[in-house]
Amino acid sequence: MSVYPWIAWFALRRQAAYLAMALAEGLTNAFFGLLRAFILIALWRERPALGGWDAADAVTFSFVTQALLGAVQVFGGLDLTARIRSGDVAVDLYRPVSLQGWWLADDLGRATGTLLLRSGPPLLCGALVFGLRVPGPGRIALFAASFVLAVLVSFGLRYLVALSVFWLHDDRGIQPIALVLTLFFSGMTVPLVVFPDPLRAVAGTLPWSALVQVPGEVFLGRGNAAGALAFQAAWAAALLLAGAAVTGAARRRLVVQGG
Amino acid sequence: MGDALRAYGTLAWAWLRAAAQYPVSMVLLGLASAAVAGLDAAGIGLLFSRVHRLGGFGAAQVLFLYATSQLAFVLSDALLGNADLLARHVREGTFDAMLLRPVSPLVQVATEEYSPRRFAKLVLPAVLLAIVLPRLDTSWTAGRVAMVPVMVASGTAIFCGLWVLVASVQFVLLESHGAGKALTFGGSFLTQYPMSVFARDFVRGVTFAVPLAFVNWQPALYVLDRPDPLGLPAATRLASPAVAVAVCGLAALAWRAGLRRYRSTGS
Amino acid sequence: MIEAGDVRKTFTVRERTGRLRRTRRRVSAVDGVSFTVAPGEFVGYLGPNGAGKSTTIKMLTGILTPTSGTIRVCGLDPSRQRTALARRLGVVFGHRTTLWWDLPLRDSLALVRRLYRVEAGAHRERLDELTALLDLGPFLATPVRQLSLGQRMRGDLAAALLHAPDLLVLDEPTIGLDVVSKATVRAFLERLNTERGTTILLTTHDLGDIERLCRRVMIVDHGRLAFDGSLDALRATAGSGRILVVELARPEPPVAVDGAAVERVEGPRQWLRLPGDANAASVVAALAARHEVRDIALREPDIEEIVARLYQGEIPYTAAH
Repeated sequence: MSVYPWIAWFALRRQAAYLAMALAEGLTNAFFGLLRAFILIALWRERPALGGWDAADAVTFSFVTQALLGAVQVFGGLDLTARIRSGDVAVDLYRPVSLQGWWLADDLGRATGTLLLRSGPPLLCGALVFGLRVPGPGRIALFAASFVLAVLVSFGLRYLVALSVFWLHDDRGIQPIALVLTLFFSGMTVPLVVFPDPLRAVAGTLPWSALVQVPGEVFLGRGNAAGALAFQAAWAAALLLAGAAVTGAARRRLVVQGG
Repeated sequence: MGDALRAYGTLAWAWLRAAAQYPVSMVLLGLASAAVAGLDAAGIGLLFSRVHRLGGFGAAQVLFLYATSQLAFVLSDALLGNADLLARHVREGTFDAMLLRPVSPLVQVATEEYSPRRFAKLVLPAVLLAIVLPRLDTSWTAGRVAMVPVMVASGTAIFCGLWVLVASVQFVLLESHGAGKALTFGGSFLTQYPMSVFARDFVRGVTFAVPLAFVNWQPALYVLDRPDPLGLPAATRLASPAVAVAVCGLAALAWRAGLRRYRSTGS
Repeated sequence: MIEAGDVRKTFTVRERTGRLRRTRRRVSAVDGVSFTVAPGEFVGYLGPNGAGKSTTIKMLTGILTPTSGTIRVCGLDPSRQRTALARRLGVVFGHRTTLWWDLPLRDSLALVRRLYRVEAGAHRERLDELTALLDLGPFLATPVRQLSLGQRMRGDLAAALLHAPDLLVLDEPTIGLDVVSKATVRAFLERLNTERGTTILLTTHDLGDIERLCRRVMIVDHGRLAFDGSLDALRATAGSGRILVVELARPEPPVAVDGAAVERVEGPRQWLRLPGDANAASVVAALAARHEVRDIALREPDIEEIVARLYQGEIPYTAAH
């Protein structure tokens, strides 16, 4: 059997060790979900059919995105960064498995574990305080696919950021840039349907929308689900291919410099 | 207390001098963190691109809330925000080393890696406040003018108290770190908006249980001369300094209790 | 300098006993330890892992409050007067630096000066002195994270001594150091103790440190002080005397000599254990009178072996007193 499922499985199990911490984070996610829901309700009270959504859509979106936030790691970061900075990555590159594959498997496991542990509190809070739009089984399946694709896109972006450390030696400059782009264009700051029109159209084509906005819409059943999944898949493929190319360049650089 | 303040000053200065050796990286990192902090303002801007009022408040009034909330929060974050890292120091054993030194460990945690970029986030709210103040539709009495700096100072003190309270809980529950963020970062986010957008029971909670409403909401009602949706007595609007003193006192007690517990359990 | 009277520390540990059930159990980490250390002493503090060494050190330095018992360090109560004590105390952890990773050593030391409010002139003087003694010059400008372990340890020693403490507490200061670095650190500590009169309490697993430096040894085991005495007294513990190795002309049955017992026979060689107070010269004379002896070697008792046998319970600690 291939080693990748094992990597993913160990990463998933590792999350269980941080049960209490995940619960604490989940509570904060629930609180932020509450705040965002109140604000969006006030917005939709003024503009009842804004962007084709109703207030119930906006509320559900607030809590679903808070449930997703940890799993798709909106705030960025990959443990690989620290390994590149310390030089430990040389050990990883000598392993007979692909660097990208190893970390992708690890991230898929981590994301699944995080989703299981941290999505409970915000969804429960939303359901109890406001009531949420609950999708049927078919839509749940589509959402699951969209979630996996969102993790792939998120990983693709974070992997490129991590590899940039090979050239920049430090990620303290690029990390906040990535963070601003992600928070703003993913729909975390405000849902993209609130964006004024030309900006909304542009944001909808960028990869960050695949992280939060698109899975949120699939969950709500708004828009064309097949098109949404295809959009995510295209970005995932493009980013993973770019990651593979950059891995090759990084490996050559490491060999030339002798670690 | 005087000793602690002096120690805070000398330590922060020593760190600043160390950071000043890399001026370019300092400025760039400052700009970057200011940009992250500016996202909330961008969010408010986007909402007001679609509506003229939110919870009965116009753009200038909401930006006034944003600016006062963020001035207070960023100042408190710069002064004591590092207390949030307490659990990490305990876990990595560096907290023990701090106990071996003749300076309060709170001062040591707070000044660790002190950098001028902590203050970069002040620029945007300060500029926004300057833009928005003349556009507020209120009659500027001496009391209202004086209230603006008073509310920023009390807000800063309340947030400082919250940072220390949240850190004190970490002595007992190392894993509570993630939940404490609801109070600090959550408080920072929530005070950017008029309380009239939130449900009444929720507003009662953040008035009486966790006094976030006193950071800027109650004094802003005074400055803007607006009625209180909860109908609280007029004196409540002037209560922020007293609430700030109470929160800081409570935080000091909690910190001492936490430290005592740490030293008797050796967690 | 240090007075500890019947000091105890118990911890409550929670254990998972079932899937969900947890039970609380009280564990005594330190179980009634008493000792005094006089000014100017150089004391080694030994004990197997988990014996209560670090807990004792943490109580002496004020990090932990004892459950019961009294402690005075430099005339102060560590748990109540921690901050005042910190000014008179230097502490070095071998496995953990108290310096700041990202700062150059010089800045780290400047920060220490501010923490302890050392006056600038005195600081410069002490820094120059420590720089010369510990040879810090070549790496004062290097960030701490880039220092080698030996360099870092020297930096940590300097940081602990900048405020001229009366008492220096060292927790495994030579762990992981190479032979040369170890020798530097040991020579420095010896000078500090003899020339400056700084009292030093040294915790270590490296018995070389103890043999080279300490006149007095305390051994803690299972939370109790099991031995407290000089190094010679430790050597003279039951069955731990010197070993006489004799090579006879031909293999013989174990020889019989008064005041010595044969431990091992290998061909013509025999190993005789001499009790601590035995006179080696008379044993050798008696041997030479009755047997044809080719060669003789006298081996000092191996402190490492004694301590190992103490830890494993092969020698009772009572005999060591």
